[in-house]
Amino acid sequence: MQRGFLSKLNSSVLQPGETQLRVENVQLHFGGVAALMDVSLEVRQSEILAIIGPNGAGKTSLLNCISGLYHPQHGRIVYYNGEEHELTRLKPHQIARLGIARSFQNIELFRHMTVLDNLLAGAHVHMKSNLLSCLLYWGPAQREHIEYRRFAEDIIDLLEIEAIRYSTVGALSYGLQKRVEMGRALAMRPSILLLDEPMAGMNAEEKEDMARFILDVNEEHGVTIVLIEHDMGVVMDISDRIVVLNFGQKIAEGTPEEIRQNPLVIEAYLGEEAHAFPFKFNPKSEVSD
Amino acid sequence: MDSGIFHTTYEKDMALRRTPAQKIRLVVFILFLLVFPFFANRYYLTLANQVAIAVIGAIGLNILTGYTGQISLGQGGFMAVGAYTAGILTARMGMPWWGSTIVACFVTAAVGAVFGIPSLRLKGLYLAIATLAAQEIILWVVTHWRALTGGVDALVVPNPVTLGIQINNDFNFYWVVWGIVGLVTIAAVNLFRTPYGRAFIAISDQDIAASVMGVDLFKYKLLAFAISSFLAGLAGALTAHYRNIVTWERFTIDVSVLYLAMIIIGGLGSITGSYMGAAFMTLLPAVLTNLGRAVKGFYPAIDSILPFIQQATFGLVIILFLVLEPEGLNKIWKNIKDYFRLWPFSY
Amino acid sequence: MDLFIQLTLTGLTNGAILALAALGFVLIFKASDVINFAQGEFLLIGAYVTFAMIAQFGLAWPLGMLLTLLIAVALGVIVERLVLRPMIGEPIISVIMVTIGLSSLLRAIVSSIWGNQPKAFPPFIPSNPVNVLGATVGEDRLWAIVIAIVMLGIFSVFFRRSREGIAMRAVADDQQAALSMGISVKKIFAWAWSIAAASAAVGGALVANIVGVGPELAGFGLRVFPVVILGGLDSIPGAVIGGVVIGLLEAYTGGYIGQGLNQVLPFIVLIVILMIRPYGLFGQEIIERV
Repeated sequence: MQRGFLSKLNSSVLQPGETQLRVENVQLHFGGVAALMDVSLEVRQSEILAIIGPNGAGKTSLLNCISGLYHPQHGRIVYYNGEEHELTRLKPHQIARLGIARSFQNIELFRHMTVLDNLLAGAHVHMKSNLLSCLLYWGPAQREHIEYRRFAEDIIDLLEIEAIRYSTVGALSYGLQKRVEMGRALAMRPSILLLDEPMAGMNAEEKEDMARFILDVNEEHGVTIVLIEHDMGVVMDISDRIVVLNFGQKIAEGTPEEIRQNPLVIEAYLGEEAHAFPFKFNPKSEVSD
Repeated sequence: MDSGIFHTTYEKDMALRRTPAQKIRLVVFILFLLVFPFFANRYYLTLANQVAIAVIGAIGLNILTGYTGQISLGQGGFMAVGAYTAGILTARMGMPWWGSTIVACFVTAAVGAVFGIPSLRLKGLYLAIATLAAQEIILWVVTHWRALTGGVDALVVPNPVTLGIQINNDFNFYWVVWGIVGLVTIAAVNLFRTPYGRAFIAISDQDIAASVMGVDLFKYKLLAFAISSFLAGLAGALTAHYRNIVTWERFTIDVSVLYLAMIIIGGLGSITGSYMGAAFMTLLPAVLTNLGRAVKGFYPAIDSILPFIQQATFGLVIILFLVLEPEGLNKIWKNIKDYFRLWPFSY
Repeated sequence: MDLFIQLTLTGLTNGAILALAALGFVLIFKASDVINFAQGEFLLIGAYVTFAMIAQFGLAWPLGMLLTLLIAVALGVIVERLVLRPMIGEPIISVIMVTIGLSSLLRAIVSSIWGNQPKAFPPFIPSNPVNVLGATVGEDRLWAIVIAIVMLGIFSVFFRRSREGIAMRAVADDQQAALSMGISVKKIFAWAWSIAAASAAVGGALVANIVGVGPELAGFGLRVFPVVILGGLDSIPGAVIGGVVIGLLEAYTGGYIGQGLNQVLPFIVLIVILMIRPYGLFGQEIIERV
């Protein structure tokens, strides 16, 4: 049974379809190795944008630039939420405060906390009590705490993780950890949710659940989703648009249908070989890089 | 988990002690603390007071090292800052003991935050080495800034008196110091169920994820150093007033090591563990001394080797705990509780 | 000018001994990522065992020294096997703490055997004053420098030429890869600890020859930290150069400025280095990736 959400999940002020994030000519290199070469793309409010490409194409590097973990040497990343923000000059926590949440490829949960505490930690940016009232657990701090406990319950409900609320995260299965990590990102009430391989290493059933949660969050709450995923079946099914990276360059962009037929993409994935391969469902294709 | 107990409101669900057994244990512990001084002699009161000061210091270090994951070998140095600040303010400027104690806490918090700056670039053992350097630098300043601290000579602090009551006799000090321990405990427990404490644990578990969740690493790491040093300063200041005297030997690297040992043996990232570790490491030498006295009748040479036995035991206890039960006394305590909760149906 | 030369020689002597202690420290870190807080105690044990061999058992010094080295190697193996092996895979704080516990235990053992009073060391190296460029220094100090250089030379040949030395470098570089090449990582850890104990023992014997034996020799354990941070925690040449630089720095500040500044300056240098170049002058920079 799904309860109605008591609190708003999406904090964006834009209308669906408006440009929310613009990556402009981003270049990133480590020493002499170029990770991203002149990449530009646009993310629009309330869409699901998938970023695909072979291993080492620079997909995760791009997410890391957006969330401020890497600082590109050239180019700009501009974020709109009524005002304009240049993200490349900000620190990760400042970018989080603007409403950009993310999950990680190799699950970076707070392993020693319970699921509930992970979700509450996700809501960190919204909790405003000062240190003194926290130490006393007095008045506003307590009220705020209980309000967010309720909010966390909404997310628990949404992701169907009621049974593991009080479990320590480190002890959970891989699939559940991925789910909790998405929950933690949602607790931030994001305007954009960046998901780095949310289905890697899952079985078909778990993937289906995860795809459903992603669609729920996107359709019911209007949260914009940027998704890196290797499972082409899922990508083709759920995304509105797809960007393809190869060797740090953007080689294609378009709807799933356009991408499916793009010769450059087919070549990037397969060299000269068969055509349909990457776009069939293939459980072995999700080797992470 | 505790089955059969269901909470119907979020308030109850988030209470600190969620089962009747937990509540009973807490009440028993508090009752013990309340009646203890009426039955204990001076020797035991002194020990209890030492334990209390150690608990404050251990909770402080556990906040920084156990919860936030920033290894510190500077606890002794920070306690020295607190002790000397309190001592100098009271001895030279006539400030009342409680006033100098409060000032000492804030001064130490500031010093701790300054020495916490390297934590922004350094992790793990590099930070441990940096705090080791902080310890050496602070102690050097204390022993060489003669005009301020009196150098290597002892700094004598006048007796703390409030409303005509001498605070630092063992009985009176017991109430003061355990009262403070109570306040510190409540504050620490609350800290870790609110965003600040959660941010600390998040930093220790996954600092990059924490920053992406909106935790300002700069601010929270320095805050962890400041809060931890605040308590170290408090422990140092209380030592100064309790002992009437401040000497540098009480704050060497050995003291930093002692406090680290307390939180490791007690349990990293646990307030209960801080209590257990502080009590264990404070009482251990006392127990050994008493054992030494007991065997002195048929082995008179014990006096000359007792210090070595104490030192060897200290080292051995640390090694044995780390090898056999790295999660410390708190874990052993948990295992005992689990055993009895399920007893006699342990499977 | 005399003072300068004298201080330089004092600094070089101390630097050489620091380098020997630091060498073992770096070796252990390179092989197993362990920071050894008991390095000063290894030095202490080396000094006292040499003292016992020569002064108490009346052995000739070459024999005494050889036995000391054997005991140091055995100590290294035992410590690695009993204390460090169970800590593989444990968090950094546990590993740091276990070596701290070890240092306390070793110091207690030494004190319970030999007591806490400093003792004069039977000078197996003559300490006649000699004239170097117009300054007068003890001959033993010169010998200390020479012996340290010889030891460091032997170690570097060992690393470059011997099977074990090469295996050790392989383990330091990549444990997994070394393991798959059939190198026994456990054996290499034991080697690292034995060599660390042995090089510290030589350092201990040298310093005891100059200033006598006493429990305060363990203080070298803390003085090693500025050396290894300056040189780089994983660099053997760094340990040598760091030792010399810190030794000279201590000698010059002690001689020209005084006020005990020589005790604290190395630690200030340590913090400065950590802030601007945490991997030291010669250490490997590790880039963290997300």
